[in-house]
Amino acid sequence: MSMFFIIAVIVLIFMIIFQIAKASEYVSVIKGEEKAKKEQNKINGFFMIAFLIAGLIGIYLCNKALYPKTLLIHDSASVQGEKVDSMLRVTLVITGIVFLITQIALFWFGFKYQQTDKRKAYYYLHNNSLELIWTAVPAIAMTVLVVIGLRNWYSFTGAAPKNAMQIEVVGKQFGWIFRYSGNDKIFGKKYYKLIDDAGNNTLGQDWKDQANLDDVVVQGTMYLVKDKPVNLIIGSRDVIHDVGLPQFRLKMDAVPGTPTSLWFTPKYTTKEMKEITGNPDFQYELSCDQMCGNGHYSMRGIIVVVTQAEYDVWLAQQKPNYYAVFPDKDPSNQKPQLADTTKTTAAISALPSKKM
Amino acid sequence: MSNEPVMHADTSVSVPVEVQHHEEHVHHEHHQSFITKYVFSQDHKMIARQFLITGMIWAVIGGLMSVLFRLQIGYPEESFPFLQNLLGKWWFENGHLTAQAYYALVTTHGTVLVFFVLTAGLSGTFANLLIPLQVGARDMASPFLNMLSYWFFFLASVIMFSSIFVSTGPFSGGWTAYPPLSALHDASPGSQHGMDLWLIAMATFVVSSLLGGLNYIVTILNMRTKGMSMTRLPLTIWALFFTAVLGVLSFPVLLSGLILLIFDRNFGTSFYLSDIYVASTNTALPNEGGNAILFQHLFWFLGHPEVYIILLPALGMVSEIISTNARKPIFGYMAMVASLFAIAILSFLVWAHHMFVSGLNPFLGSIFVLLTLLIAVPSAIKVFNWLTTLWRGNIRFTPAMLFAIGFVSLFISGGLTGIWLGNSALDIHLHDTYFVVAHFHIVMGVASMFGMFAGIYHWFPKMFGRYLNNTLGYIHFWITIAGAYMIFWPMHYEGLAGMPRRYYDYSSWTSFNQFGGLNRIISTVAMVVFFIQILFLINFFYSIFKGRKLTTPNPWGSNTLEWTTPIDTGHGNWPGEIPEVHRWAYDYGKDGREFVPQNEPVGHDETSH
Repeated sequence: MSMFFIIAVIVLIFMIIFQIAKASEYVSVIKGEEKAKKEQNKINGFFMIAFLIAGLIGIYLCNKALYPKTLLIHDSASVQGEKVDSMLRVTLVITGIVFLITQIALFWFGFKYQQTDKRKAYYYLHNNSLELIWTAVPAIAMTVLVVIGLRNWYSFTGAAPKNAMQIEVVGKQFGWIFRYSGNDKIFGKKYYKLIDDAGNNTLGQDWKDQANLDDVVVQGTMYLVKDKPVNLIIGSRDVIHDVGLPQFRLKMDAVPGTPTSLWFTPKYTTKEMKEITGNPDFQYELSCDQMCGNGHYSMRGIIVVVTQAEYDVWLAQQKPNYYAVFPDKDPSNQKPQLADTTKTTAAISALPSKKM
Repeated sequence: MSNEPVMHADTSVSVPVEVQHHEEHVHHEHHQSFITKYVFSQDHKMIARQFLITGMIWAVIGGLMSVLFRLQIGYPEESFPFLQNLLGKWWFENGHLTAQAYYALVTTHGTVLVFFVLTAGLSGTFANLLIPLQVGARDMASPFLNMLSYWFFFLASVIMFSSIFVSTGPFSGGWTAYPPLSALHDASPGSQHGMDLWLIAMATFVVSSLLGGLNYIVTILNMRTKGMSMTRLPLTIWALFFTAVLGVLSFPVLLSGLILLIFDRNFGTSFYLSDIYVASTNTALPNEGGNAILFQHLFWFLGHPEVYIILLPALGMVSEIISTNARKPIFGYMAMVASLFAIAILSFLVWAHHMFVSGLNPFLGSIFVLLTLLIAVPSAIKVFNWLTTLWRGNIRFTPAMLFAIGFVSLFISGGLTGIWLGNSALDIHLHDTYFVVAHFHIVMGVASMFGMFAGIYHWFPKMFGRYLNNTLGYIHFWITIAGAYMIFWPMHYEGLAGMPRRYYDYSSWTSFNQFGGLNRIISTVAMVVFFIQILFLINFFYSIFKGRKLTTPNPWGSNTLEWTTPIDTGHGNWPGEIPEVHRWAYDYGKDGREFVPQNEPVGHDETSH
């Protein structure tokens, strides 16, 4: 019912506007077209300057309301992100100046040079020095931005530091799987045809490779260490996903068949970020940023940044995936007095993934 | 950068070489039935109208789709039972848009707006209308191919439209159709028959685009009237020329990419597929050794020129309209042509800036940063030249002029954010966020739409022999430009917060759910702006039949040749000889005269410049 009401109102408004517009056309015919055109020109000339002023005020208000909601009010949570932020600011200043000059000129000229009988348009064809200036100045500004940008780009995409911890990140429809290499620091071989979701082998680990036996596989939540560089080895099981890390200001696609990598250094633990943002519910989120199907929007991962000590405790509690696939090989299953503790830790580590 | 040699061109008397041709044309006119005049017409002006109206229908469909998915983003809690009654359960469940419908709408909105509205609707309309009229030709080089171009587009439209009604839904993997999502039937319901129809429609569309583009190029190069040297061409023609060249060179690459995709989908090849396990069917696919990134290269090799295929016609028309209505010559004509040329060349060399985070070799990425930011230079030249054209002009605010000025404003706003995104170190944060959505909607979507509106308001009298209602035009412009900024400006902030695009629902995310209120405002404004476009449509269709009649063949006091044709222009354009051209198109305000048409011989005492 309300729907019909809304439609009726819209149709009515349309009819009114249309009738007014039609009437104004008749009036202009009666008044004489020239006179009517002059009036219309004046009104639109006024709107030019009004739009400029209203627009600038609007931009100010918009910024005031929305800037605090962006990430930029707080420090970036990664060392690399600081460079992104400073680059954002430099780019904002340069493009902002150009924006103001050109928009003000555009609408001001519109207002100032609206048609009058007094003025004749100035027959002005070209001016080489002027054109040279506005070719050269943007070119120089672009060079500056390219230099800053590429310096950062190479530092982001260069090789990860040797002491970086390695984590494998694998996207699937619709969730994230993380693998830690365990004590031997080597990721065991995997082959996608060995993937067996029901049998807990979600990555297709090849058990003939001894390096796999201590690899830890977790779903949904990734643990990182504060101030320690981390290199993510990124892959996908099915379609293209993207590891989006807004708080760290980075992202990298996850492509099936073509591994990619991304490294960065987290600066703040999750706990510290809760204080910095003043948000007790703060969590680092890992968002999928590449359209990957109907569940794309729900492909949420959690990143927990902790201190090295906390991380060591956490990792020690994780069971290698080998034991999830072959429970009978699990030493804790053979020693009943230890079974209780592992069960509870397993339950704890499973908690965050339940939120998925 | 002087037009001096042009101005001193030969002014000898023209020889009536076209008389015979003209008689043929008269003969032709008498035998037109309804079918040959309105349906299978070979008259470029009728084909232009067909492109325009088909494009407008698509614009309404695509716009309506955006309203539907904006309802979901803006009002995720609200339930819309009446829409469920209207559209059925596949689209709405319990009054809520389903996720599959949301993605289907987003995808179809993108495809339709980019290809069917802003490529076919914009350059199809104005290339067809303006090229023969402004270069002084009776029709296109091949009117028959031109007609086929429209009907292939029509066929593509029918196929694309039919994909909406497939039981598994239209394609829903984004307009860029990245495999493996688009290649695997089981990865998404939209990747089933909907994707097959999408591919066939796009392939048909490419055929249409090539037939049209080849015709445009040949006509511009070979069928200019006497005296119409390339440096006397109006900027619209230069822009449409580069547009056609871009299309002819890049659309085949897209087609090749699509064909490989068809093979991967249906014939077991592995061009794009490797190491894939489909969870929904618990199967590991046999395909190994393909590369999903290959498609992105092929796609964006069209995809980026495509942005300029959309934009260049608008750049050209806006130059023409601004000059005409500022009553001043366009400032730096040769620089305008050169910058169009530079943009056209560069547009082929920047495609991988869409792929900075795809795992691309960082060195390759850095080359593309350099080339991408280079585009800012010719773009800046264009903006400053438009500003100087306005400076000390005597500006008439026709609705076309307003939309042209609005175009410049949007082109600046959206172009500047391109400098952010083209820099890979910033793109690594902003990629696939709402910042990108804001950027390309402003600079490509809304700006080109403004170029199209400017063109429609300006050449409507030529197309239909009547005026559009001015007051409605003014209302249309001011609400649309204010609305466009209100919709897309705040999205930059969402992008700076890292809010990803193509999300059906943000409620479970702590990082992005602070924008609920803003999303509601944006959706509301989007609906208002959409309804204002309906007002434009009413104006358009009402004025075709009931608009104020044209009393003079040259209502805007314009120099270009299309205004030398009679008000009711028949097939063949000029009843007598084709006019000869003696000067460039921008002698506005020369020697104290308002305007000097291109076909007026250069006077003996005329000052040169």
